[in-house]
Amino acid sequence: MRKLLGLILFGFLAQVVPAQGAMVPKRSVLSNGLVLLTSEQRALPTVAIELLIDAGARHESAEHTGLAHLTSQLLTDGTAKRSALQISETLDFIGASLDTGCADDLATISLTILKKDLGVGLQLLAEILTGASFPPAEIDRQKQAIIASIKAKEEDPGTLAGDAFAAALLPGSAYGRPVEGTEASVKRLDRQRVQEFFKRYYRPNRTIMSVVGDVSEREISSALTEALKNWSKGEPSKAPTAPVQSDVAKILRVNKDLTQANIILGHGGVPRGHPDYYAIQVMNYILGGGGFSSRAMDAIRNERGLAYSVYSYFGTEKSYGTFQFVMQTKSESAQEAIHLAREEIRRMRDELVTDSELSDAKDYLTGSFPLRFDTNRKVAGFLGQVEYYELGLDYPDRYGELIRKVSRDDIQRVARAHLSPDKLLTVIVGNQQKITVK
Amino acid sequence: MISPRRLQLLIVPFLLFLFAPAHAAQVQEFILDNGLKVLLLEDHKSPAVTFQVWYRVGGRDEKDGKSGLAHFLEHMLFKGTATTGPEEYSRIIAKNGGRSNAFTTSDMTVYFATMSRDKIHIQLDLEADRMANALLGDTYFEPEKKVIQEERRMRTDDNPGSALYEIAASVAYTIHPYRRPVVGWMEDIQSLTRQDLVDFYKLYYAPNNAVIVMIGDFNSDEMLSKIKAAYGKIPRGPEPPKLTLVEPSQRGEKRVTLKKEAELPILMLFHHAPNLHSPDSFALDLLSIVLAGGKSSRLYQELVYQKRLVRGIDADYSAVSKDATGFSISAQLLPGAQPANVEQQIDRSLDKVKAELVSERELQKAKNQVEAAFIFAQDSIFGQAMKLGYYEMVGGWRLVDSYLDNMRKVTREDLRRVAQKYLQRDNRTVGTLIPTKAKTQ
Repeated sequence: MRKLLGLILFGFLAQVVPAQGAMVPKRSVLSNGLVLLTSEQRALPTVAIELLIDAGARHESAEHTGLAHLTSQLLTDGTAKRSALQISETLDFIGASLDTGCADDLATISLTILKKDLGVGLQLLAEILTGASFPPAEIDRQKQAIIASIKAKEEDPGTLAGDAFAAALLPGSAYGRPVEGTEASVKRLDRQRVQEFFKRYYRPNRTIMSVVGDVSEREISSALTEALKNWSKGEPSKAPTAPVQSDVAKILRVNKDLTQANIILGHGGVPRGHPDYYAIQVMNYILGGGGFSSRAMDAIRNERGLAYSVYSYFGTEKSYGTFQFVMQTKSESAQEAIHLAREEIRRMRDELVTDSELSDAKDYLTGSFPLRFDTNRKVAGFLGQVEYYELGLDYPDRYGELIRKVSRDDIQRVARAHLSPDKLLTVIVGNQQKITVK
Repeated sequence: MISPRRLQLLIVPFLLFLFAPAHAAQVQEFILDNGLKVLLLEDHKSPAVTFQVWYRVGGRDEKDGKSGLAHFLEHMLFKGTATTGPEEYSRIIAKNGGRSNAFTTSDMTVYFATMSRDKIHIQLDLEADRMANALLGDTYFEPEKKVIQEERRMRTDDNPGSALYEIAASVAYTIHPYRRPVVGWMEDIQSLTRQDLVDFYKLYYAPNNAVIVMIGDFNSDEMLSKIKAAYGKIPRGPEPPKLTLVEPSQRGEKRVTLKKEAELPILMLFHHAPNLHSPDSFALDLLSIVLAGGKSSRLYQELVYQKRLVRGIDADYSAVSKDATGFSISAQLLPGAQPANVEQQIDRSLDKVKAELVSERELQKAKNQVEAAFIFAQDSIFGQAMKLGYYEMVGGWRLVDSYLDNMRKVTREDLRRVAQKYLQRDNRTVGTLIPTKAKTQ
């Protein structure tokens, strides 16, 4: 819905719900430790593959911030058999896409390909996973490109605000540092570190692979066993440890010549496995997660016209979480908008929500579930999340009940436990001469 | 989802709409007595349905001084009818597990929701109510005007790429309304009145100026009778004015610069080009892929990979447009690169496709990308409905059917010919974003 996919991917990861009976996921573990999840979908001659690899930025030191990201960016830039150009030429010629990404905990590889070309795709994937070659010239190119993208980020006030928020909330932790690194840290990275990182963390027993589309579990499992036979086990995954979170209320300002103040109010939250997770999702839907149905939207956008985009979310990672209330408003309105946001956060704690607010939230969360699986790519993403967060393949069947049992009292209880108006970090990116916030 | 809610698409995500759904042949078309066109396509892959109402009105139908009117009206159409309260539409859809949104472009205004098959009738009825009974309530007019001004600040004023596109379009076109931003100039938004909205609504929101596109898990006979029951009683509206402005040929390059807070320069080359009614459009589509479709494409290899001048480079050609359109090449520069040098390199690449035939393999690669994207696009009912609607708005949904055949017939000679014909300096506008730094830092 509204402010973007980011919201869904981030805050609502696990609400990505359920199932058409037709999803019929299967789980198996290959002899090299790779966890394979499959869903056979024969309607179209296509296959969507997604790999989640325990090779995220949490494994790098502060000095080498950006190492995990650089490694992931270089995966498609050369193997023992192919140059970067040969790889892109192969993919472009069959109209396939192979994308890599990196976050704090996980690196990702996504392949979208026609069924008839699946063999080509698996071969390429296997070459990368077992023999990415990291040519020096490509490392040099990627470092230059990443440094440029770090500069370009300065033009995106929302990203700047998010980085400042994470740095202040999670000081001294990889989670508080930007995944792509800083100009200085990226310059320090070299081929040897990249190769070591790759060798250590890109291992089958640290990988979850989802395959959705025009292929059976048997077909893909035997094809992968053959293609990945040289990909050997490494050290096993260890669950991430929770970063230390700051709980000091303060205001952080970043000066930019902009017309709007880009604002984040927030503090620490809960990890994905927290028992209050489902009650929090319902509570946050009412506060600011529910698109045009939320209290934040009513108070700040609809009634006063102070913002186009305003929302709140709980980001839930494996070991920790955050709460963020995000909005943009013209510089002169920053004070008023922040005041209203604080009021809404307080009100969640002070008053019980109404019966109709509660039932609307539950109806949306449970009723919209089939829509979250309307493409093969989305099913592949969902299966990976279910495995990573240990939700169980029956999660889609249980989700409705987990949401429906939340009561008005539960909502007030979790609001009091997980919303702290006195500990809010406030980040304001914008023209500080025009923004007067006490 | 393609579009975050209620936003204007200044730059249509071109590639998404280039390629047509495969089963257009199975689309059923009906026209009700009041002129409402209905396009139904059953797709039983999952128990969901997307229901969309497309109005043949957008930024191009506004007058100078009233820019942003079509988009403002789209916002106000969420403020209720005699029977539905303000913002209640969104709440009802959400409560029933659906996702809804709307967007405005130069050519069209679109309202849509995706819901489970047993709930879609709720939206079907709400859209009929919106077509006929919107109140455009006075109370909500001023706050919503502020919301739209915030939207403009967020999307354009504080976004260097959008701001450059806006100013370049305003220079590239002399008389055609594509020179105005869909969201509207700030001063125009400020001066719009409620009466402007009321008049615009009366003129353009009527069954004879709308098309329903519905794709998903339903039975066509049953849905058609539901549509007839909800929409059949809405009276035909006035015939909306037909706009026949033709942009005169450009005679000589235009240049525009924008200075604003940013880190990296952006260079944009906009060439006037025909829309999908021209047989050249298929070759222009493929030319855009040869130039910048994927990392093995020419401009990527030359400017990103070998010369290392730019972060990324795009070639966008949006044939699915009501009037003559543009073929743009745009790039964000790497630190230290000079716009003049980048422009020179792009010109060299363009000179080459004008002088020499592309290789057989390059052409085949571009065609393969189109064919594959065509199949991938069928994964989403929403995406399929978007394409059908776009084609219908600008030239008729049946054009979808002939697209692949026409694309397959394009030759290397065609690519050279259209490059020579349209990618000329005299036919282009060069926009450059020059970064400045905040004085207060």
